This record gives sequence, C-alpha cells and structure tokens, in this order.
Amino acid sequence: MNDARAIMAVLASVPDPEIPAVSLVDLGIVRDVLTDAEPARVLITPTYTGCPATAYIQLAVREALDAAGMQDVAIETRLSPPWTTAWITEDGREKLRAYGIDPPPASTALNSQPATCPRCGSKQTHEISRFGSTPCKALWQCDSCREPFDRFKCH
Amino acid sequence: MENALFTYALRLGDDSLVLGQRLSEWCGHAPTIEVDLSLANVALDLVGQAQLFLGYAGEVEGKGRDADRLAFHRDVLAWTNCLMVEQPNGDFGRTIARQFLFSTWQKALFDKLALSKDARLAEIAAKAVKEVAYHADLAAEWVIRLGDGTEESRTRMIDGLDWHWRFVDELFQTDAVTDALVAEGIAVDPTALRPVFEARVAAVLAEAGLPEIKLPRPIVGGRKGHHSEHLGHMLAVMQHIPRTYPEAVW
Repeated sequence: MNDARAIMAVLASVPDPEIPAVSLVDLGIVRDVLTDAEPARVLITPTYTGCPATAYIQLAVREALDAAGMQDVAIETRLSPPWTTAWITEDGREKLRAYGIDPPPASTALNSQPATCPRCGSKQTHEISRFGSTPCKALWQCDSCREPFDRFKCH
Repeated sequence: MENALFTYALRLGDDSLVLGQRLSEWCGHAPTIEVDLSLANVALDLVGQAQLFLGYAGEVEGKGRDADRLAFHRDVLAWTNCLMVEQPNGDFGRTIARQFLFSTWQKALFDKLALSKDARLAEIAAKAVKEVAYHADLAAEWVIRLGDGTEESRTRMIDGLDWHWRFVDELFQTDAVTDALVAEGIAVDPTALRPVFEARVAAVLAEAGLPEIKLPRPIVGGRKGHHSEHLGHMLAVMQHIPRTYPEAVW
C-alpha cells in the first residue's frame, strides 16, 4: 500500500503544462489522494471544461507515478465540485507572482478591478483583453512600468 | 418515454458543439487579436461542454457510441441542436447577437440544470455555468459597445439581433422529451427560463440604447432534426477528416 504523503510528494513535482512554474498540487488540480482501499486513487479535476491540457495532465501524472514505482496507483477524474481558483495554494499564488502572473482575485466581481503588476507592484493597470494565452488568464498592462502581463482570472 | 435522457443530453451537447464549431471559424479572422482570442476561447469552452454531454449521452444510450462517434459519425438529420447555433457567423454584429442571446439563455438553463436530480447533468452544468457566465458577460459588453457606438456599429447590431430573434422561441419550447424529464426533476422546464432571459435581454438592450426587438415569425424544428441548409455544410467541414479516415488514431 502506497502512503498518501509519498504519492502527494510525487504529484507536487509535476508541473502544470501551461504554467510550469506551479505544480498540479499548487493549482488545486490534484484534489485528493485516497488510500482507504486498493488501489490507491489520485483524484484530479479539470480547470476549464475545454482545457486542452487536461489529457496531457493525466498523462503527466501517470508518467510521474510510474517513474516513482507507483504503477498500481489509479487516477480518477472528478468534475464535482467544480474547480475554483480559491483552491490555488498560498505557495502557488506566490510562485505565480514570481513567474510574472498576477494571482487570481478573491471573487469574480473583482475580475474587472485593477490588477497588481507582478513586475513593479503598481495598481495603475488596465485590461487589454478578457482572454489571454490560455482560457484561465486575461491580458493586462501596467501603466507605470508599461509591461504587459497575464492575470489569472478568478473562476 | 424511452430514451428521453439520451435525447436530452444529446441536445445539450449538440447546441454546444455546433456553436463551438461556428465560433472557431472566426479563428484568425476576427476584427482584432483580442476578439480573436475571446471567440476562440469561448469556442473551446463550448467544445469542452459538448464532450461531456455527448460522452454522457453515449453512456446512457449504451450502444458503444462515445463523444467522438456522436460528433463525427452522425448525419445532419440526427442532429438535435437549436437552429440559432447553426446560423452562419455573418458579420461581427451578427456573431455577437447570437452569442448574447444563446449564452444568456444557456446561463439561465445551467443555473437550474445544476440542481437536476440527474447527478451527471448537474455536475456538468455546475462546472460549465461558470464559463458560460463569462461568455454571457463578454457578449453583453459587446452588445452595449456596438449598440452605443457609431451609426454603423449600431445598425449592424440591430441587424444581428433582428436576424437571430426568429430562433429565440425554439429555446423555450417543450415537447415529450422535456415533459417526461421535467416530471422526474431531471430536465429544466424550458418555459420557466423565459422571464429570466427576457429581463436580462431588456436590461442590456436598454443600456445599449437599442430598440426592443420585434418578433418576426418564429422558426423551430432543430430539436427534431429539421435544420436549415447551413448545418449540413458546417458538418461536412467538421466531419470530413474522421469520415475519410474512420479508423485513424493519434
């Protein structure tokens, strides 16, 4: 029987394919590890229904588990409850900021409120595009340092 | 009623897939790169919803058809989407009009479907409604911007809404499938969505300074497979690769 913490440690080393600065655990894509019955199960959830990375994420988790000798651990996809940016860990939010992405605001109502520039910290910013390089991000620009940046949308 | 759940899940999936395919036609052609990204991302969400609904429809049917089989190996008469989503994109005004009307309706629908007694439909709707809320907002903002913009943008916005309004009635129609599933607490009563839809549309049109839309003769039939000629052409493009190489795998 694999230990839940050992499995979680493996998962924490799997980067998100679109934002490699954060892991699948940081993003809250890994929901839980269940070891109450054989085989142990990893529960993962898609971010957006049409996210093209979903299939790849499943594959990356499989490869990481196999490489750690955990071939017997199963992967299960869960839709409910639906993924929310509230599940991004504090650690994950810091990593996003360091990577140049403004972490998601606390509520969807704040999606249109000024973002904080991850480069210079200014709040003098404006939205350029509602959708950015991936479904989960919007494109913003800083009016102070002029740098364009991604903002993780609250979802 | 036999197969009602299959048909209902199929309709939900067909609506999303057909509109997702239509919107993806804008990819690389939209007026600005921001709009290009927006429409492509909305399309992606819709195709994702379709995968879930069609996958479930296939399971309910129990004949071994998966989401891909239903999407790529079904002829036009077997499609059950509403007529609005299969309409050609037209200009940007017409595309936005369709998106606004459809997403506003779909938001109202999924809000209620998330409470369905069918656990799978409920969880798909609960997941998708968060994305659809974004689609509806995005489209509403463009209706306001175009309606309250130049004489040209306003004219095109009115034209777009006028064109699509004839397909609105169909969204609220009931039939044996919805009657049977509403009675079981599985489907949402389509007629119950109308007040929410109309209130939201009226509010956005007022903010956009646009006139109330006059109802032309409504056209229905999509749910029974009676489609406009446009759907067949769209499916020909969408399905030709899997049909040419039916056994192909990645």
